[in-house]
Amino acid sequence: MQIKRKGFIAVVSLVLGFMPLLAGVSAQAAGSTLEVVKQRGHLQCGVSQGLPGFSNPDDKGNWTGIDVDFCKAVAAAIFGDAKKVKFTPLSAKERFTAIQSGEVDIIARNTTWSMHRDTALGVDFRAVNYYDGQGFMVRADLGVTGTNELDGATLCTNQGTTTELNAADYFRANNMQYEIVAFEKADEAVAAYNSGRCDAYTTDHSALYAQRLKLTNPQGHIVLPEIISKEPLGPAVRQGDNNWGDIVAWVHYATVAAEELGVTSKNIGSMGNSSNPSVKRLLGKDGTFGRNLGIPTDWALQAIKQVGNYGEIFERNVGVNTPLGIKRGYNALWTDGGLQYAPPIR
Amino acid sequence: MLGALLLAMVWLVANVQSNLERQNINSGFGFLSERAGFGINQTLIDYTEDSSFGRVLTVGLLNTLLVSVLGVFFATVLGFSLGVARLSSNWLINKTAMVYVEIFRNVPLLLQIMFWYFGVLRNLPTPRQAVSFGDAIFLSNRGIVVPAIEAGSWAGWYAAALAIGLAAFIWLRRRARLALADGTMMPIWRPLLMVTVASFGVAALLAGVPFSLDVPALKGFNFRGGITVIPEFVALLLALSLYTAAFIAEIVRAGIQSVSKGQREAAAALGLPDKTALRLVVIPQALRVIIPPLTSQYLNLTKNSSLAVAIAYPDIVSVFAGTTLTQVGQAVEIIFITMMIYLSLSLLTSYAMNRYNARIALVG
Repeated sequence: MQIKRKGFIAVVSLVLGFMPLLAGVSAQAAGSTLEVVKQRGHLQCGVSQGLPGFSNPDDKGNWTGIDVDFCKAVAAAIFGDAKKVKFTPLSAKERFTAIQSGEVDIIARNTTWSMHRDTALGVDFRAVNYYDGQGFMVRADLGVTGTNELDGATLCTNQGTTTELNAADYFRANNMQYEIVAFEKADEAVAAYNSGRCDAYTTDHSALYAQRLKLTNPQGHIVLPEIISKEPLGPAVRQGDNNWGDIVAWVHYATVAAEELGVTSKNIGSMGNSSNPSVKRLLGKDGTFGRNLGIPTDWALQAIKQVGNYGEIFERNVGVNTPLGIKRGYNALWTDGGLQYAPPIR
Repeated sequence: MLGALLLAMVWLVANVQSNLERQNINSGFGFLSERAGFGINQTLIDYTEDSSFGRVLTVGLLNTLLVSVLGVFFATVLGFSLGVARLSSNWLINKTAMVYVEIFRNVPLLLQIMFWYFGVLRNLPTPRQAVSFGDAIFLSNRGIVVPAIEAGSWAGWYAAALAIGLAAFIWLRRRARLALADGTMMPIWRPLLMVTVASFGVAALLAGVPFSLDVPALKGFNFRGGITVIPEFVALLLALSLYTAAFIAEIVRAGIQSVSKGQREAAAALGLPDKTALRLVVIPQALRVIIPPLTSQYLNLTKNSSLAVAIAYPDIVSVFAGTTLTQVGQAVEIIFITMMIYLSLSLLTSYAMNRYNARIALVG
């Protein structure tokens, strides 16, 4: 009888002891993300597990890539220091759970903006930092020149991405048979394709060029020209914190606006004295835009100075002078026939 | 105390629910009837991209069961042989078994799976250069393709013949066991053979031979037709069986050594040869010691099959708690379902093994 009573008290006190802890966790998730980030002192950014050009660690552990640069720009906008950011590598399966639970503040993980993700997962997409599409890569010696010749092929892909669904839709729409081998990690999929388990590797076009660098014989593989889907890649934040979403969106638009206005990280010193009203507003010499967001007035200036404008970020990571060698294409400015268009900062 | 625990669980579920709602994340089990939209490369039942997520769950579960049941079978057979070999008086057999056990017990299972998958894959030829056996069976890095037997409409007679043979087997065994209690030995194999051949003969007379062979042929990239055994399945089955067999070998050795030496001496005194003594005297008594840890190994094998996700074998973790989880986004519900399924499989296995254990226990 005595032991039973003690056991009862033990369980109840254990449960009651956990309650304030859990309440504390949920309260933190509901609070302002900007305040949490400022209090922490650095930005926690969720990135991929290694995709050259987008988020890739080098042999010393330094991260580089378009998504990495975006997070650095956000950190520069908030703290004035692009180095105040830490990166968490996430697999395709973990990425949404990580942001939902508050483990990271942003995911900049070459994630496609789709309606299901925008509405059912409690995340918001606020900007597209890379317009992409899905493609296929095959061995050059297979003699295949177009995707309509892939009937009966075996495809290697990453599990649980829009890639799997798009490939299924495409093959069915064209009455072609296929077999799919889906791996949890992109590296495993590439290794299997490399060893010949599959005839084709399918993912976003930009990632095809990036992963091709990891194959034993990159020249022996060709990326087929057809693009079978729209993949607007962009950073994602938690729903419910509009201010944080605004900060993320406008850091991206500031980099695009900078390129539109000809402001680069090199000439930003002299641009500070420009009399162009748009430039003055961008660099915070005019207006209270930073204050409206809760960040310093020189938010855009720091972001551009320490990371660069959109064009510089693009060329540095995936441009024609990099091993990936991707042309601007849809990612050119709207004035050059592309899709990158910044709403006015005024 | 149970009431407090239940209260805690109810509070936990309500808390999760309210948090999910607050963050505007979908919850509930409605997603199980939505269209899946992706393909799976090994399905034991009909499945297309239009099937629901519930069907994905079933396909994954069947794949898990397939590799687990076959793994348990092969691991047991190999494990028992190795356990007995470890006690052999032949030095070579003894030491070979010991080396096997030490190697396969100590290398992590994930590494073994990766070894069989990438080690095997890399050495097999591409489909266009596949190794063929009689132009009907092909071996390539896409798997083993064998001809499929297609049954026509009259094949039901053959199914009936098979059922008759099975029923005869069970009935004859029961009769033989009863006869043994009286002291007489009743042979079962000859009458069983006669009954089976007769029933198949009758089926053949009535139905003819309504079977045709669907021979695989290389068309374009892969083989069309026939049944393909994918390399992921082979690698996983091999790794699981060889790994668990090493553990089972040690359990069997412990069990056999637990039987007192007097039993073996008594059997020898009766004039029973070694092998018969092992089968009729030693192992039935050793089973009492072997069965409980053997149950644990079976459960381990079933749960270890979840490592399939590392090599893209479409088991339940890979297909349901992997692809479906990422597509639908409802991690809490999906992981909960997956955990419940593994729990049910484990409980079922241990229940069955405990029934068997009770049957072979010492009476009185």
